[in-house]
Amino acid sequence: MSNPNSPDSGDTAWQEYLTGGEQTASAGGASTGGASAAGASAGGSGAADQPEETAGPRRVIGTPPPAAARTLLAPADDGGAQPLVRELPSDPDDPARAKKAELVVAACFILAMLAGFGFLVAYGIVGVGSITGAQHSNLLLGGTLSITLLLLGIGATIWVRQLMPTVELTEQRHVMASDPKDKAAFKETWDEGAETSQFVKRPIVRRSLIAATLPLGIAPIFLLRDLGPLPGKSLDTTVWRKGLRLLVYGTNRPITPAEFSSPGSIISVGPQGFLNDDDAMAKAAVIIIKFRPGEVDYAPGWRPVANKVVENWTVDNIVAYSKICTHVGCPAALYEQTTHHILCPCHQSTFDATQGARVIFGPATRPLPQLPIGVDKQGFLIATGDFAVPVGPSFWERS
Amino acid sequence: MSVERALEGTGTWLDDRLHGARGVRVLLRKVFPDHWSFLLGEIILYSFIILLLTGTFLTFWFQPSMTDVIYHGSYLPLHGVRMSEAYASTLNITFDVRGGLLIRQIHHWSADLFMAGIMAHMIRVFFTGAYRKPREINWLIGIILFTLGLLEGLFGYSLPDDLLSGAGLRILEGVVQSIPLVGTYLAFFLFGGPFPGHLIIPRLYILHVLLIPGLILALVTAHLFLMFHQKHTQMPGKGRTNKNVVGAPLYPYFMAKTGAFFFFVFAAVALAATFVQINPIWLYGPFNPVAMSAGSQPDFYMGMLEGALRVMPAWQWVPFGHTFAFNVFIPALVPLGLLFTGAALWPFLEQWVTGDRREHHVNDRPRNAPTRTALGIGMITFYGILWAEGANDVLAANFDVPLYWITWAARVGIFVGPVIAYIITKRICLGLQRKDNHLIEHGVETGIIRQLPGGEFIEETRPVDEDSLAVLTSRTDYPALGTADTVESDVPPAGMRGGIGRVRERLYKVVTESAPIANGHGNGHGNGHAIESNGHDHAAIGTGAGSGSGPGGSESEDGHS
Repeated sequence: MSNPNSPDSGDTAWQEYLTGGEQTASAGGASTGGASAAGASAGGSGAADQPEETAGPRRVIGTPPPAAARTLLAPADDGGAQPLVRELPSDPDDPARAKKAELVVAACFILAMLAGFGFLVAYGIVGVGSITGAQHSNLLLGGTLSITLLLLGIGATIWVRQLMPTVELTEQRHVMASDPKDKAAFKETWDEGAETSQFVKRPIVRRSLIAATLPLGIAPIFLLRDLGPLPGKSLDTTVWRKGLRLLVYGTNRPITPAEFSSPGSIISVGPQGFLNDDDAMAKAAVIIIKFRPGEVDYAPGWRPVANKVVENWTVDNIVAYSKICTHVGCPAALYEQTTHHILCPCHQSTFDATQGARVIFGPATRPLPQLPIGVDKQGFLIATGDFAVPVGPSFWERS
Repeated sequence: MSVERALEGTGTWLDDRLHGARGVRVLLRKVFPDHWSFLLGEIILYSFIILLLTGTFLTFWFQPSMTDVIYHGSYLPLHGVRMSEAYASTLNITFDVRGGLLIRQIHHWSADLFMAGIMAHMIRVFFTGAYRKPREINWLIGIILFTLGLLEGLFGYSLPDDLLSGAGLRILEGVVQSIPLVGTYLAFFLFGGPFPGHLIIPRLYILHVLLIPGLILALVTAHLFLMFHQKHTQMPGKGRTNKNVVGAPLYPYFMAKTGAFFFFVFAAVALAATFVQINPIWLYGPFNPVAMSAGSQPDFYMGMLEGALRVMPAWQWVPFGHTFAFNVFIPALVPLGLLFTGAALWPFLEQWVTGDRREHHVNDRPRNAPTRTALGIGMITFYGILWAEGANDVLAANFDVPLYWITWAARVGIFVGPVIAYIITKRICLGLQRKDNHLIEHGVETGIIRQLPGGEFIEETRPVDEDSLAVLTSRTDYPALGTADTVESDVPPAGMRGGIGRVRERLYKVVTESAPIANGHGNGHGNGHAIESNGHDHAAIGTGAGSGSGPGGSESEDGHS
């Protein structure tokens, strides 16, 4: 009998489940005698006489007696008239245990069914519409659903393990690469098609077709252009301008220096009229911090100086910084009173508030920009202009 | 009986139209090998199915709109608060739709399980060498699926428009904006203008519910088809070769087992959703660009990117009036890019270096490919350090360690850690190989000391049982470098000449470094190749191992004939 391990014409793998091996006779034709695992059959079924036929793969159950090892699958010929040799045993390994297992499995499934009904009942009687309602509903629906699923899983597992007999089959593999003959035939078919289509012979057709599809390929990129406006200079500025009051975020009220007099305090503020405008606030959010006299490194004058706070942009030791982290734009919301560190909770960029919010740790590269502030005639804090530099994360056009 | 007749009738009806009897019969008997680690892929598939089902449920109520509304629903603490319709409808699903909270939590837990499953599955496939020929395409599909999963997850948890997810979007915007040359434009196109705008949620929504799941579904289908077509790999064992598959048939065994497993996966996420709260957006509050709470953490699969952003020093370069924000786009693109590109190239690099172009259907034990295993552990270490750094503030708070120390440790760790992990892992693998050799050559120590008549003491050993021996002797040598036709001449073969050839030769020595293959007792179980292969002289040219010429012509396959 043929050697089951002999090299195979990989075509069988495909046919096996696409066509059940019917087409072996064609291109793969020779399909090399014992290629079809059927050749292994000892049943005298004539597999060797019909080399072009492919049967199902050869299999071995468990560790069968040597004689039986090669008889398990008769070759399926055209009519499938050959009776199949049984591959799977019909009875469980241990009938006594199986009898018990049967009851356990049934119990699991019945309980699963009950829990499933419980789910339906819970859906019907537990209302939602409040925090506790949602909690109870979640607990009951989830609990019953979990129990149903778990019992179904457990029941099915016991069924497989205890009721179904243990079986181990061996199926042959075939090399993925196709038989050289098939490859040659494929190449021929391919070349024939290419030739017949005239695509290769007539370059003017080919090239003009390619040229015609090019703009079509680019068109989708054009279509995406209106996804958004061009950035222009919009990232360079915020809505802050001279005279806009600083409104406390949350209460929406202006604030006087006297109301903000305890050192170490920090408040989030926004520009008057923009507190509910998320697009504006995403750039214009500001924190103001009150310092004790002498805590701040001041630079006299009206210009930003590295590692210094611009003195003329402050009121009464109150300093205003952009709240938008210069790393990737999270609100730098944490403030440590004792060290005067502003910390961004997203990536821990740390800024020293006494030194012009210079970066002392973390991935941010630039200090938080300082907002020039003053007081208006009513004594409320106002901005005396926009930030001198763009706020927020770096971008390509930023110099 | 009537059921049987009905089935037969249906079958005949279908067969008359589809001609399936023969092909489907073969399908039903298709053999599936068994191993616990093969369940990891099924976890992914089933959590994906759960995600599709629960996600569809959520779309019935979710409003992907950023229009401002004032909330007046059942969750009293947020009464009268301005929020987006997206957030309000998520509250509605949570508190006013029966089962809404449960399904939301199942959806979120399944997403986490989906990503965790992908990681575990990928690790399994890598360490067992299951990506080797002919399965490279499936490995690449897997990497694309991982990437799509990351995006799908990020977009999904951004949809409720709560404070936490809004911060995530803000970070996304900052990252996109940092890309040199085109970043600002990309960010404006993505968000439809400045952050946050009113378009990002509806846009992410359609990507999240249609485009990306569609792609994932298509790729999962291709992935499964290839797995089916190429037949699953199997773990080494008695009677298992590169030419067969040993296992249980699809019908009824695999169907029943995998059905049971689906219930277990579903039960696991349902239990988690019932008892473990996840993403309680009602506690975070609606998004606003001014507020942010401490200890904010993304979902676990984004932690590595988060850590990369945190670990990066503040580098930037501002030549000719333009900003290169190295501090943002390097951590956002390089570490994950490195991992994915490395993973994608590895099968081909390994093939090129070792010259092993044979098909492999029997998995490697990780110890039997020490360099691969060590590289994998190195990469996991790299990933793990960045992942832990992503929670550096949480670690600092819980373990009372200064925050900056953790960041500095991670800055050093991502370079030193993988190297140390590589060296240690490789030594462990080689040690385990020697231990296996000892078992093969001398058997299992019994602890029984016997005195021989001459006075000599020996310890008795018993031979390793057949099944274990098959596993122990599953290691094969790599084909020798070079090809047989060059044995006679001094001219090195093509691919071995010049500088690249020398690099390849060096890499070959590193990649194929192994303990010598044991000279077993020739125990007659078909592992004769272990004896035949001539030792460990990799430099020898043309030792006849066929070095990748004939497909499937390896020694191990002949071993069982």
